[in-house]
Amino acid sequence: MSSIRCIQLCKTFRQGDEIITGLDNVDIVIDEGEFVCLSGPSGSGKTTLLNAIGGLDTPDSGEIHMDGIRVDQLAKGPLADMRLHNIGFVFQAYNLIPVLTAQENVEFVMQVQGVAAAERAQKARDILKEVGLIGMEDRKPAQLSGGQQQRVAVARAIVSQPKLVLADEPTANLDTVASSKLMNLFSQLNQNYNITFIIATHDKRVMSYAKRLIKMQDGKIISDEMQTPVSGDEG
Amino acid sequence: MKGIGTINLPFRAMLVLSWRNLWRNHRRTMIMLAAISVGVWAMIFMTALMRGMVDDMLRQGIQNLPGHIQIHHPDFRNDPSIVNSIDAPSGDLLNALNDPSTKAWSTRIKVPAIIASERETRGINLLGIEPEAETIISGIGGQIIEGRFLLDRHDKGLVIGAKLAERLETRLGKRVVVISQDPENNIAERGFKVVGIYKAKMPGLEEFNVYAALGTLQTLLKIGNQISEITIVDDDFRDIEVLYQNIKQATPENLEIKAWYELDAYLKYMLNMMDGFVLVWVIIIFLALSFGLVNTLVMAVFERVREIGLIQALGMRPGMIVYQILLESLLLLLIGLGIGNLLAIITVKPLESGLDISIVAEGLAMMGASSMLYPSLTASDMILANTVVIILGILTSILPAWRAAKLDPVQAINST
Ligand SMILES: Nc1ncnc2c1ncn2[C@@H]1O[C@H](COP(=O)(O)OP(=O)(O)OP(=O)(O)O)[C@@H](O)[C@H]1O
Ligand SMILES: [Mg+2]
Repeated sequence: MSSIRCIQLCKTFRQGDEIITGLDNVDIVIDEGEFVCLSGPSGSGKTTLLNAIGGLDTPDSGEIHMDGIRVDQLAKGPLADMRLHNIGFVFQAYNLIPVLTAQENVEFVMQVQGVAAAERAQKARDILKEVGLIGMEDRKPAQLSGGQQQRVAVARAIVSQPKLVLADEPTANLDTVASSKLMNLFSQLNQNYNITFIIATHDKRVMSYAKRLIKMQDGKIISDEMQTPVSGDEG
Repeated sequence: MKGIGTINLPFRAMLVLSWRNLWRNHRRTMIMLAAISVGVWAMIFMTALMRGMVDDMLRQGIQNLPGHIQIHHPDFRNDPSIVNSIDAPSGDLLNALNDPSTKAWSTRIKVPAIIASERETRGINLLGIEPEAETIISGIGGQIIEGRFLLDRHDKGLVIGAKLAERLETRLGKRVVVISQDPENNIAERGFKVVGIYKAKMPGLEEFNVYAALGTLQTLLKIGNQISEITIVDDDFRDIEVLYQNIKQATPENLEIKAWYELDAYLKYMLNMMDGFVLVWVIIIFLALSFGLVNTLVMAVFERVREIGLIQALGMRPGMIVYQILLESLLLLLIGLGIGNLLAIITVKPLESGLDISIVAEGLAMMGASSMLYPSLTASDMILANTVVIILGILTSILPAWRAAKLDPVQAINST
């Protein structure tokens, strides 16, 4: 049971004298295996919410429960462990460690987790194949296109089968073709492995892949609807 | 949730990351390596020169004692008179002295005396020696500049310093009178022919030490086969403990046995001062290096803020970030140390056969230094330099590493 429950989440930022609302009493429950898109205008709090759920940032008040653990109350170290073992991240850009090859980037998290060398090499190769990067294992990030880099990031995020993948505008730097390839990949992984996806995006096409669409504005959730996604098998 | 609380240190992953990061900025790394190498070279090279000089002074001082270990009557060092003589070694002590592990030993008589030529009279230190063994121990046999050295323990001749000959206005072949006291406080005097004149490194000794054969003096002083002291040398003055303990075991209770560093507080002090100097010198150079090191690491962290944020987001504990940066610093230090040590060995080894410093050494001769400098590269000095660099290097790297670990992942990822 990997459900995420946020209760009355509030977060403000201070910028000079101004107090900026990041999250304003957000209540949300996301169940295991959901495929959720967070949408909303720029500054509506999507990133802030993802960071709070992922334990990268702590809310000012409210609770975040994940598998019965209060994520908002964990110390830095255990929080890092939680991310290492349970959450995969995909950011908008610069997802990869530039001095490591694609294969090494994917293996890196497993190395830190303590997975044996042979096993992780195999897993990394398999997952790179699955995201369509066969033959590019030994390239450094600088030798890959934006879309390929994002797919390496996805491979890394899912290689140790986390419960949850958080993606913040993963397609923002990609062209249409690369975007739909990536979204199809997400859908497949969601279906095949029952990994929960929460994706923040501006992109209408990305939203069409979601089973559940949450709209935010000014740090609040203004709508939360189930929808029929376009199939993850096409494209 | 799986795996919370398990901490493992993925050494290989961190090593790969550190190594590649190190070579990201080739120029900076090379400059830093050059600085560390030259710094380490300077530490070791300079230490070897100083060590060589101090060793020389110590060796000289020990030759003047002479010997590494001495055995006396317990009162002799306070009152070096003939009354405080001891019997020639026998039994266990003799066996220990004759053991092959003893490089050389000798018995001597050492009494205050007066020497008179037909023109002058002076107070001297009269030494009764066994010529062969004495030469090994104090080197005196090799310092003869005129005439000959004593031939055996019954030689009737006298060997005096060039300076003393000058003062007495006497010369080789002339007769002089030596006056001392026997244990009954009767005057003991005897005429000697000057058979040899020596030149010592320290002019002070030349005026003071006068050598006669042991047997001849024993007869003159009416002390049978008694002696003033037994002196013993080992191969290396720095490494005499085993021999010292062995002989101490065999020495009768009523005798006093002392090592060179106990006999001459000044020599001991010089050795300690040298060790202190090495440490201070190594630390001073390190301090100069540490600015570069800290700067390099701060720059490396600064350039990599986003990446550090990323690996934090991926689940790297802050401690792991510290570990990775420290490993990077350690790699840099180890390579620098490797090159620096190599440079030091390459440059010091050819000089170990001697460096002529007579141009600058005139003044030093007064302190017992010779005009040749023999740089001495000791393992302990090298280990000290390397240990200081590694330990202090890691310590100074903690601050930049800790700053990296303190980065806020969200801000780090968003930084440009
Ligand atoms: N570190 C920060 N300091 C100050 N204000 C911040 C900080 N992070 C976010 N904010 C503010 O909080 C609000 C929510 O930001 P957030 O990044 O969550 O928006 P977003 O929905 O992700 O926007 P976008 O679509 O542009 O990524 C915005 O007004 C933003 O300016
Ligand atoms: Mg955002």
